Amino acid sequence: METRMELSRRTFIKFAGAVGAAGVVARPKPAAASALHPVNTPAVLVDTTRCAGCRGCEAACSESNHLPGPALQGQDAVFSKSRKTDVKVYTVVNRAKADSKQGEARYVKSQCMHCLDPACASACLAKALEKTSAGPVVYHPERCLGCRYCMVACQFDVPKFDFDSPSPYINKCSFCAERQEQGLQPACASVCPTGALQFGHREELIEDARTRIYQNPDKYVHHIYGESEAGGTSWLYITDVPFEKLGFRTDLGPTSPPELTRTALAAVPFVLTLWPPLLMGLYTFSKRRAEASKGTDQEAHHD
Amino acid sequence: MTDTTFDRGFDTRSWITEKIFMGMSFCDYLKSLLTPTNAIFALILIVGVPIVIYRFAFGIGAATNLTQVNPWGIWIGLDVMSGVALAAGGFTVATAVHILGLKEYQPIVRPALLTGFLGYLFAVIGLCADLGRPWKLPVPMVYSYGTGSVMFEVGWCVCLYLIVLGLEFSPAAFEWLGLRKAREWAVRMTLVLTIFGLCLSTLHQSSLGALFLMMPHRVHPLWYSGYVPVFFFVSAIIAGMSMVIVEGGLSHRVFKSQLNPNDHGTADTLTLGLAKGAAVVLFAYFFLKLQGLVDGGRYDLLLTPYGAWFLFELLGFVLTPCLLYAVAVRRQNATMARWVAGWTVLGIVVNRLNLSVIAFNYNAAERYVPGFMEIMVSVTIITIGIITFRWIVNRMPVLHEHPDFPQAH
Ligand code: SF4
Ligand code: SF4
Repeated sequence: METRMELSRRTFIKFAGAVGAAGVVARPKPAAASALHPVNTPAVLVDTTRCAGCRGCEAACSESNHLPGPALQGQDAVFSKSRKTDVKVYTVVNRAKADSKQGEARYVKSQCMHCLDPACASACLAKALEKTSAGPVVYHPERCLGCRYCMVACQFDVPKFDFDSPSPYINKCSFCAERQEQGLQPACASVCPTGALQFGHREELIEDARTRIYQNPDKYVHHIYGESEAGGTSWLYITDVPFEKLGFRTDLGPTSPPELTRTALAAVPFVLTLWPPLLMGLYTFSKRRAEASKGTDQEAHHD
Repeated sequence: MTDTTFDRGFDTRSWITEKIFMGMSFCDYLKSLLTPTNAIFALILIVGVPIVIYRFAFGIGAATNLTQVNPWGIWIGLDVMSGVALAAGGFTVATAVHILGLKEYQPIVRPALLTGFLGYLFAVIGLCADLGRPWKLPVPMVYSYGTGSVMFEVGWCVCLYLIVLGLEFSPAAFEWLGLRKAREWAVRMTLVLTIFGLCLSTLHQSSLGALFLMMPHRVHPLWYSGYVPVFFFVSAIIAGMSMVIVEGGLSHRVFKSQLNPNDHGTADTLTLGLAKGAAVVLFAYFFLKLQGLVDGGRYDLLLTPYGAWFLFELLGFVLTPCLLYAVAVRRQNATMARWVAGWTVLGIVVNRLNLSVIAFNYNAAERYVPGFMEIMVSVTIITIGIITFRWIVNRMPVLHEHPDFPQAH
């Protein structure tokens, strides 16, 4: 509530200055997102140095979500090119474009990052995508219009649309929200044999990741991907190869995307409350003026 | 004439002849439709309508080049983004006449409102082709409010504004139907509707731009700016005014029979007045865009192909028409102003396409180019829009006064 009020007040000042120009200029601000959500939000720490590329997580995901089994199961050929998540594929493991210094192959799992302040949910006009208070970002298919704003809004290219269907839906990883409600881990994390996927509370996992980097400063890249990217995500990554070699965007700032539109949205009530009286004023003014000039015309005639 | 029909109770047959067939017999009416223009329209519809059906039967993927990487195409960029911008003439002219008291523009209020109404209507129809599940449109309207979404605001404003435009234009329809009482009521609402219309337009014209605020990762840095909503609002005013000029010019050619000879001089005066206004707003828009460029500070990108395209838009489609409008006004050359207006309209379409298609996903692995079927669907929708416009202008008092309601507009 505090932050909301603060936001509107600031917006108002900004708005008052730019009222003629619709006053909807957004300015990036540090994300207040993490304050909106409990610190103990569920999260997964992915340590790519531990991942063996077995793709057990892919199989578990498919099974749990009743999707067709992963492509080329059990075959190394699958790593010859980089795959993406798709309508019926919620997670994929790809081989990184670089090996570790010791020459070991590196793999990276991708799926929805379950942002703390998700762009997709803020984009959705029907609340079909929704950040639940428990943490996962879930999809309500019956509400979706298929506008695909969520797809372009997501900085991680996660939501996938069933272009081939006459009644298409969005598809993406749900963080196994239902399993989590039952006290279970997400399917992928529950089967990971190497501990590369570690499920837990976000703050604790960040501590854990920091410790690993601190204790092995020569091994790890000194960065936890997802700690601040896009305002913070529930999926966190540490690695010993450069993040861009894992296929991550490294140009995402700490501002959550929805933050960029909040100012514009906050301007709505001001337009609705300021425009009408302003316009009425203009109307009265122009009417008076017209009457006055008519009056002088007539006087001129009388003369 | 109208009144006598009503006095004697309702005569359906003569009503249809009078209102629908414009006083001709059915056969004569059909014959009157056999024109070269209609042949072209018919051809477009024969090709286009089956494609629309195909799209709904087999899905968006079958009819478009859209992919997981490029989920937005010209149905958004052209039909929705450009359509709504070009329909801004309705609120611009209504505000000028009813609020600022520029009564001399009264004769173009109705054409502008009709262009606006149909522009929005067909933008929404275009949107329905683009939406995966358009039958779910009531969801955000009725029970699941995504209040944190800019798209939600756009949706609501466009929906409400469509109703407002319909009401603003309704006096013309009531005059056509001879419904005096209803017309009086509708006319009485003018001021309120105009104010409400301006509020809604301010909101959604800028919000269409605000949709992109969340996407600095998609929109090329030269086009991305925190000011995009302001750019969209200001350029919508330019688009609206220019579109009114273009549409007026065309109407005067196509619907010559509806005008009396001295309308021509008035039309030129009004065109030049609008041109003057458009020149001023374009000038402001040019400096706003410059400020956006300075704010972004990415001068290095100006030397790339995208930079060249950006400069072409800025100089060719903003500064040039601004200066040419000024020249046209100076020389009192209405014909020139009409050509400049056409160029300006094209420029705004290019701008909207830049934001949503051309400079959008500029860094993606795949490039999107619209397919034949996609283009045909857009062309079909625009054609149906034009046919509707003509149908209405031929029947309702839009370009001329209704003999029973002199001084009505
Ligand atoms: S990664 Fe994309 S789809 Fe997943 S929560 Fe974030 S914005 Fe939404
Ligand atoms: S496609 Fe569906 S889920 Fe995505 S923003 Fe549109 S309505 Fe929401």
